[in-house]
Amino acid sequence: MSSTETGTGTKIHVLGPLEQIPVGEGRAFAVDGKQVAVFRLREGSLRAVSAVCPHRGGPLADGTIDGQVVICPLHQHAFDLATGCSTTGANALQTYRVRLDREQNLVLETAPV
Amino acid sequence: MSRSGVPDARPRLVVIGNGMAGARAVEEIIARGGTEQFRITMFGDEPYGNYNRIMLSHVLAGDEDDGAIFLNPLSWYRDNGITLHAGVRAERIDRFTKHVFSSDGRVTPYDTLIIATGSRSHMPPMEGLYTPGGSVKHGIFGFRTIDDTRKMVAYAQHEHHRHAVVIGGGLLGLEAASGLRRHGLEVDVVHSGGHLMSAQMGPEGGAVLRRSVQGLGIGVHTGSRTTAVLGTDKVAGVRLRDRPDIECDMVVMAAGIRPNVDLAVLSGLPVERAIVVDDSLRVQDEDDVYAVGECVQHRGQVYGLVAPLWEQAAVLANHVTGADTGAAYLGSRTATKLKVAGVEVASMGLQGPELETDEHIVFSEPSRGVFKSIVVRDNKMVGATLLGDSRKVAFLTQAFDRGLPLPEERLGLMFDLGTPGQEVGVAELDDDAQVCNCNGVSKRALADAVKGGCTTVAGAMDATRAGKGCGSCKLLVGQVVEWAAGGAVEDDPAASYYVPGIPLDKQALMAEIRKRGLRSVSAVFQALAPGGREDAKSKMGLASLLKMMLADQYIDERDARFINDRVHANVQRDGTFSVVPQMKGGVTSVQQLRRIADVAEKHKVPLIKLTGGQRIDLLGIRKEDLPQVWADLDMPSGYAYGKSFRTVKTCVGQDFCRYGTGDSTRLGVELESRFQGLESPAKLKLAVSGCPRNCAESLVKDVGVVAVEGGRWEIYVGGAAGAHIRKGDLLATVDDPEDVKVLAGRFIQYYREQANWLERTYAFVPRVGIDHLRAVIVDDAEGIAGRLDEAMQASVDSYVDPWRERDDPQTPGQFRTSLPLTVLPQVPVR
Ligand code: SRM
Ligand SMILES: Cc1cc2nc3c(=O)[nH]c(=O)nc-3n(C[C@H](O)[C@H](O)[C@H](O)COP(=O)(O)OP(=O)(O)OC[C@H]3O[C@@H](n4cnc5c(N)ncnc54)[C@H](O)[C@@H]3O)c2cc1C
Ligand code: SF4
Ligand code: FES
Repeated sequence: MSSTETGTGTKIHVLGPLEQIPVGEGRAFAVDGKQVAVFRLREGSLRAVSAVCPHRGGPLADGTIDGQVVICPLHQHAFDLATGCSTTGANALQTYRVRLDREQNLVLETAPV
Repeated sequence: MSRSGVPDARPRLVVIGNGMAGARAVEEIIARGGTEQFRITMFGDEPYGNYNRIMLSHVLAGDEDDGAIFLNPLSWYRDNGITLHAGVRAERIDRFTKHVFSSDGRVTPYDTLIIATGSRSHMPPMEGLYTPGGSVKHGIFGFRTIDDTRKMVAYAQHEHHRHAVVIGGGLLGLEAASGLRRHGLEVDVVHSGGHLMSAQMGPEGGAVLRRSVQGLGIGVHTGSRTTAVLGTDKVAGVRLRDRPDIECDMVVMAAGIRPNVDLAVLSGLPVERAIVVDDSLRVQDEDDVYAVGECVQHRGQVYGLVAPLWEQAAVLANHVTGADTGAAYLGSRTATKLKVAGVEVASMGLQGPELETDEHIVFSEPSRGVFKSIVVRDNKMVGATLLGDSRKVAFLTQAFDRGLPLPEERLGLMFDLGTPGQEVGVAELDDDAQVCNCNGVSKRALADAVKGGCTTVAGAMDATRAGKGCGSCKLLVGQVVEWAAGGAVEDDPAASYYVPGIPLDKQALMAEIRKRGLRSVSAVFQALAPGGREDAKSKMGLASLLKMMLADQYIDERDARFINDRVHANVQRDGTFSVVPQMKGGVTSVQQLRRIADVAEKHKVPLIKLTGGQRIDLLGIRKEDLPQVWADLDMPSGYAYGKSFRTVKTCVGQDFCRYGTGDSTRLGVELESRFQGLESPAKLKLAVSGCPRNCAESLVKDVGVVAVEGGRWEIYVGGAAGAHIRKGDLLATVDDPEDVKVLAGRFIQYYREQANWLERTYAFVPRVGIDHLRAVIVDDAEGIAGRLDEAMQASVDSYVDPWRERDDPQTPGQFRTSLPLTVLPQVPVR
């Protein structure tokens, strides 16, 4: 993984090839001392949210997803993948921008603090 | 003295009886400002707060937890400043000095007194009810209180208790019978009347009801009287007039109720059939004593249902608080709408024609359990009985209550034929009309809940408690909610769907999957979900269903699986996993034990534990270590994580045990070898015991097998001892252990095809009924036994130990950690 900082303070992290994530699943990455879960939706797009469930620390990258939400495997709280908001009343997740570069590598952006 | 030290000048209101009427009366009084007006004290014979007595039928049947039926928990009394003496009996009233004397020796002064002592079960005179010592014989039960119900459940679940006789074929008797039937007992109902529920309906209706009740596997003996209970120290049977004796282990008395009036009689109050009250619910000739509920007689009538007492409580509260001293109770019309033993029953007014000029319209369809009878006099409806289909009840109740003119085509009273339809009926219903009789919920209360934002039927039911009693009003509740929401009602889509994301029930879903040749979860979403949308909550259920239907033709998309099924281990609270290797029938060996010990040592396993399923659990394994742990173990998966076949518990059996009559260990191992890893709608746990001492707890397993004398094997299904407790039903007794395998397999396959997602056998078996299962599985009544056996064989043949994936991960990063920065383990290490 490599990280670069843009002029605006946003950091760009290249997380490696897309193939690390099977279709419809998520994988966790350590980014800048934080844990980020990146999901590959079945329709092809990517989503990234904080990897630790705000409820009781469940591993969200092990969750089940659809086009909208990820469901935590421990107590089934659900979170909107685009906004991070919980649809079941838990605290919200941090969301991140994530995309592919030309070499089909995952690219994650972390905002300036 | 009040807390501030200033003497409390509020007059004292004392209530005797803390049941449905007493507590309701107090609620009504509080609603009229009673807390400021009175210091309230309540006496209740039962050591609890107030609960919904109607729900005891559900508690008996095991549908409802006894904790869930409380209407007023102890905190309610505290919050309203009410002093409750629970478990204390009021013994005498001194009307002149105005004091109540109670069983705890207390003397309580009152200014205003309310008596709400209700009724008790009637013990009809017969021989053998009591032991020589004078106590009621062991095995005889009343059906009135939570304690009665708890005792009955405990007794019914005792393995030696297999047959119950219920005396009385009215509402209560039929509820008791169907509840006990659900515990797997054989049940007979003895009723002295000529037909069932003779207080509510005529003979033709009774005959249709009898068919429905017999359809539940309940024996019905009408026109007969029980003359004695047999047995010396405990119940052994009953003696009937003109009929052979019935052997049984328990007797339930449901032959009517008697008002609790001893206290009133002893205290010199006017009592005829019950305590006599006037139109303001004041006891006759008394100034400060009121009575309400089943213990009162008003204008010659004594009521035995809750709807009248809701009306009484409101009038009483108006007088006691002075809110409306003109209020008068003029009696209740006995229109009842109930669900008895699962059958909807509505009855009002006359059961049949009385004058020659009365019109009588009757429709009867016994095979569907439907019967309707309506009596019309001078173009007004004066009586109706509806059985099995109460869709027209709203309209009929109104026509009855208000004497509305009737459609000329009388058939329209029974069916929707362009006459005032149901919706019109609902719209026309008075705001005050009581929709739920059990919990006293009016149309207005429901409409208010909808306006307050409850736009689903389930939401409005939760908010008002409507429909949460006998359940017979649910249809009407639904219509009222729909009407109040102006058609904008959101229905609860998940109710009948197999999974929430696809609007089809299981059979329809399976048919579509077959018709369209769908083979993967994503293909099912694309073809059958609204907008082709995937739904995370539906994935696991669909994956299980497809695997069951297609065996090796299934296209296995890993994202459709729950994490446990992706990595073949159970996720723990800290994101680690537990590993339970297969140990068939709980039998292990030196080699296995040594290997497990070595693995635990090598991987520093935080906890090694014997499970409740007779094998060894290694807990706290990191995801990334799973493949290596499996490789080191070199044992197959025990499936302790899936919605699948789990274990077969066994006892030592014949080879070692001095009582063993069958080789239970061997059969258990063979069953586990055969069914290992099968997907199913929910967990399947089996057991085989070598004799009826049942050391492997076979009676509380999804499939339990017991060896009995003579080399025979009993097969039980639908047992449970987890979140629910249920004794399994006897499916068959066979001679050959091979037959056990065939029948168990056939049952499991039928369950896999028919059960709802996550429906354990303890819910499935009573839902479809053991008689039906016996017919399909043992007698092959539907001619599908061969097909079921083949489907099972195909599933058995497609078994592959999932722990082989250690050598061949199915997806990139299958075993990669999901909590990369966490220091593990977070669970305690022992
Ligand atoms: C390991 C074990 C407890 C033990 O230390 O002994 C266990 C552990 C769990 N049980 Fe159990 N059950 C275990 C035997 C039982 C038994 C006894 C038995 O199998 O004979 C029962 C009662 C029988 C039954 O199944 O009804 C039992 C009834 C439950 C239930 C209630 C199911 C029900 O509908 O009544 C659940 C919850 C559920 O399934 O939704 C449950 C769920 C669980 C889960 C899987 C909860 C979860 O989803 O994480 C536990 C996993 C703990 C973990 O961190 O790994 N467990 N559980 C037992 C494993 C047995 C095995 O070898 O496979
Ligand atoms: C299993 C079952 C199912 C039923 N199903 C239905 C149904 O579907 N629909 C329907 O409308 N009705 C049904 N009923 C009837 C309904 O429950 C009663 O009509 C209602 O409970 C009567 O209320 P109550 O307050 O008069 O009497 P209860 O609810 O019996 O309350 C009286 C209370 O007073 C206490 N008490 C008595 N004497 C004393 C004393 N001296 N001192 C202190 N406390 C005393 C008693 O212990 C009891 O707790 C059912 C009843 C049962 C048992
Ligand atoms: S079930 Fe019977 S045979 Fe088996 S161990 Fe227990 S007592 Fe022995
Ligand atoms: S830890 Fe995620 S739901 Fe509880």
